[in-house]
Amino acid sequence: MSANALANQKYGLLIHYDFCTGCHSCEMACKKEYGLEQDQFGIKVAQYGPVQNSEKKWEFFYMPMLTDLCTLCAPRVAEGKLPTCVHHCQAKVMQYGTIDELAEQLKLTPKSALFAPKCNA
Amino acid sequence: MVVKGNTYNLELYKDMYTWQEGDYQVFRTTQWSAPGCHNGCGVLFYVKDGKVEKIEGDPQNGWNCGTLCMRCLDILESMYDENRLKYPMKRAYEDRGKNKWERITWDEAYDIIEEKVRYIQKNYGHESIIAEIGTGRNVWWQVPWGCFAGLQSPNQTGAFLSGDSCYSPRSSILALMSGEYLTSDMSQMLPDRYESKEWVVPECITIWGCNPIMSNGDGYLGHWIVEAMKRGSELVMVDPRINWLSAKAKHWLRLRPGTDAALAMAILNVMIKEKLCDYDFIEKWTYGFDDIAKAVEDMTPARASEICWIPEQDIIDAARFMATAKPMAMHWGVAIDQQPSATPTGQALICIAAVTGQIDNPGGSLVTRSAYNISLFSQEGFEDNITEEQKEKRLGMHKYPMRGTGISAMAHTDVVLESIETDGASNDCEQYPIMMQWMQGCNPIANMAAEAPRVYEAICKVPFNVVVDVVMTPTAMACADLLLPAAMGSERDSIRAWWWPLRAITKITDYYEAHGDEQILLDLVNRLNPSAAPGEEVKDWVNDLLANHSEADFDFDYLKEKVIVWPEWHYYKHEKGLLRWDGEPGFNTPTGKIELRVDWLEANGLSPVPFYEEPHESPYSTPELYKEYPLVLTTGARSYEYFHSEHRNLPSIRAFHPDPLVEVNPETCKELGLEEGDWVWIENQRSRCRQRIKFNPGLDKRVVAAEHGWWFPESDPERLFNVFDSNINNLTTQCDIGKSGYGAAYKCLLCKIYKCTEENSVITPTAQVLDKGGFKYERKRLS
Ligand code: SF4
Ligand code: SF4
Ligand code: SF4
Repeated sequence: MSANALANQKYGLLIHYDFCTGCHSCEMACKKEYGLEQDQFGIKVAQYGPVQNSEKKWEFFYMPMLTDLCTLCAPRVAEGKLPTCVHHCQAKVMQYGTIDELAEQLKLTPKSALFAPKCNA
Repeated sequence: MVVKGNTYNLELYKDMYTWQEGDYQVFRTTQWSAPGCHNGCGVLFYVKDGKVEKIEGDPQNGWNCGTLCMRCLDILESMYDENRLKYPMKRAYEDRGKNKWERITWDEAYDIIEEKVRYIQKNYGHESIIAEIGTGRNVWWQVPWGCFAGLQSPNQTGAFLSGDSCYSPRSSILALMSGEYLTSDMSQMLPDRYESKEWVVPECITIWGCNPIMSNGDGYLGHWIVEAMKRGSELVMVDPRINWLSAKAKHWLRLRPGTDAALAMAILNVMIKEKLCDYDFIEKWTYGFDDIAKAVEDMTPARASEICWIPEQDIIDAARFMATAKPMAMHWGVAIDQQPSATPTGQALICIAAVTGQIDNPGGSLVTRSAYNISLFSQEGFEDNITEEQKEKRLGMHKYPMRGTGISAMAHTDVVLESIETDGASNDCEQYPIMMQWMQGCNPIANMAAEAPRVYEAICKVPFNVVVDVVMTPTAMACADLLLPAAMGSERDSIRAWWWPLRAITKITDYYEAHGDEQILLDLVNRLNPSAAPGEEVKDWVNDLLANHSEADFDFDYLKEKVIVWPEWHYYKHEKGLLRWDGEPGFNTPTGKIELRVDWLEANGLSPVPFYEEPHESPYSTPELYKEYPLVLTTGARSYEYFHSEHRNLPSIRAFHPDPLVEVNPETCKELGLEEGDWVWIENQRSRCRQRIKFNPGLDKRVVAAEHGWWFPESDPERLFNVFDSNINNLTTQCDIGKSGYGAAYKCLLCKIYKCTEENSVITPTAQVLDKGGFKYERKRLS
């Protein structure tokens, strides 16, 4: 791939929410890296359940969502580091990469979500 | 497909102790409390001008593999909290409870301690001084040594944790039955972790009585289990509450709190009746199988179903899966300990691991020792510093023979409490009064003490108290005469060997006059009994431990450079003659086998096989009480935010979890006219406290789960930070424990709940305790 094509790549996070434990590490890592106020988040974990579905099975999911404050950790990435939420995720369910490569992974990983935050615009 | 996160850039994250990165000096070390938890995760501290400015998880550390939980991510708030203790302080005896402290020097503090200790030793005896510690903190190997070598007292103990209900019950029965500790295998013994060729992914992980991803108990990082789940492990989850793990489990057994022994016996009943056991292992490596078969014969799944409130078929299905899944890892938690039937429950659980043959096999339950056999965990290694005569004066040794088997060198918590209350008249050995407490890294009235208002009275009754901690706590405000500031993880040299591998904790910064726990104890020993001190610096002490009390062939400087060192690991040690003192194959027990039946217990008046005992206050054992208090109360469930009573003072953490929560089924709330978020009084015949309702639709409608560890650092210190207002340990009780001496009912009591109103909240529990002489009811006594 030419340097030009690389520069035009869009980046995102792939989140395998099947195993997201709702541990808040991503939220806290982001807040501390960027000194966010108490009510400000670059990433925020949503919750579904615990609830019994119509098959009497318990469902209990967490799903971290990227807000408009997310820069995909541009300063860290420039240094060669991972986004701090990805680095610290306790269940290691987050991946940083180009949308193209993450989309390929997404096809193979049920219960995942791909985020392309605003900073990509 | 296993999502492994990303690959870290190892050009930036080096395998060295320290390097420069831009303006920062980066230090690679281990973080262990304070602040923290039971764990010792690998961290990178980024330091500028002597101050830590940033933390990251260490990708080169195979313990946490780069991750961190929210507590360490927020470590700067802990380290640089304005309310941290900065200097040694003293307070006049008559000012106890008042915020009237006088700054002194360390030398003045040691002078006061030396004078008091020598006076007490001379006039009352060395044993009149008690040393107390909190659970899982980086004080539990140091304080026992300081107690024995410095104070020369046999009485070091957990700070009023009734029935020693944390790990001691499990570890004592494990020692009797298997000669060792058992830990579930998530590849933590192998440096290549999940990629190791030797490791096998457990087909089944049985998680019993804990939520490891939140609690990280017993030297074990809970998220290892999530890695195994990603690789295919399925769970049997034994827990009264639905949580993330129970929702994901193949079999979730929602048992009535405190009935674990009945469930475990019914599982054994199915395994034995359906001939699902590993008979080869049983034949070769166990003793007493027929006795176990007999003991569980009557505990059918149908009977257990009634006792435990679990559908019969669920018990059968789970038992079949646990028996046939290979390998099956057993992971058990503190809920086993926090019920009067802790010992028989432990017996039944060890039987499950043994009859399925899942011992010391890859992916099973590992026979676990500290790395390099360093003798920190057992505490007995330090006992050389006290005489046999002194040991005879350890409180609780005579009343509870299980403590005398070389398993635990701790004085019994409830016996200590009664000793204080009776000025020694109730001692199970020579009568002597308790004249001084040395309390390090513990905050009993906010956290581990059952019946907190009673324990508050007791700690205030002791004539002289030294408290060592990082912030002003309710316990320190209540009773300290001397208050010594402790350093945090990155401000002290230390080592970590609970369990495997061995890790260095290194001092890279400091905070005012705070000293490391090791340094404080070493100074104490050098003052009081210098011949027992291995030197004056912590490094001398650690080098002495490595050289003379371990199999390591390196010193602290080497370990500090390496940060983390993995000894060679062996599976199937019992087959290879690696466990017994005589080098023969087998286990470290009298028969050389895992003793399913323990003759020693029988000889000491206890049951050699598991049995079921109803919780002492329950719908069936106290039906009258149940009419008045129609909900089963379980306490102490963990959250990601807090480690016991820690972290309430940190704004970033508190914002996630501002108030104490009691989980209740929404249908129960509807019947009681309660909504989510309502403040409610939780009350029983002893007392009450208030917490906020959190709906949990997965709880049995008859069960509620309340949090522990709540105090309010933002409130008035002279009201003890309102420590009793939301304290669930107003409702628990001391001195009502298992016959073995182990296990108190933190997890299985009765209560009622009702909405807080202005009228019914006029006298808060804190006001009742501080202004009105406490709550009136008949206190239990050890039988
Ligand atoms: S990528 Fe960086 S900025 Fe975006 S949510 Fe994660 S930590 Fe925050
Ligand atoms: S850090 Fe990972 S596991 Fe924890 S809440 Fe965020 S995405 Fe989920
Ligand atoms: S589990 Fe959390 S608090 Fe404990 S050492 Fe690891 S990161 Fe720190």
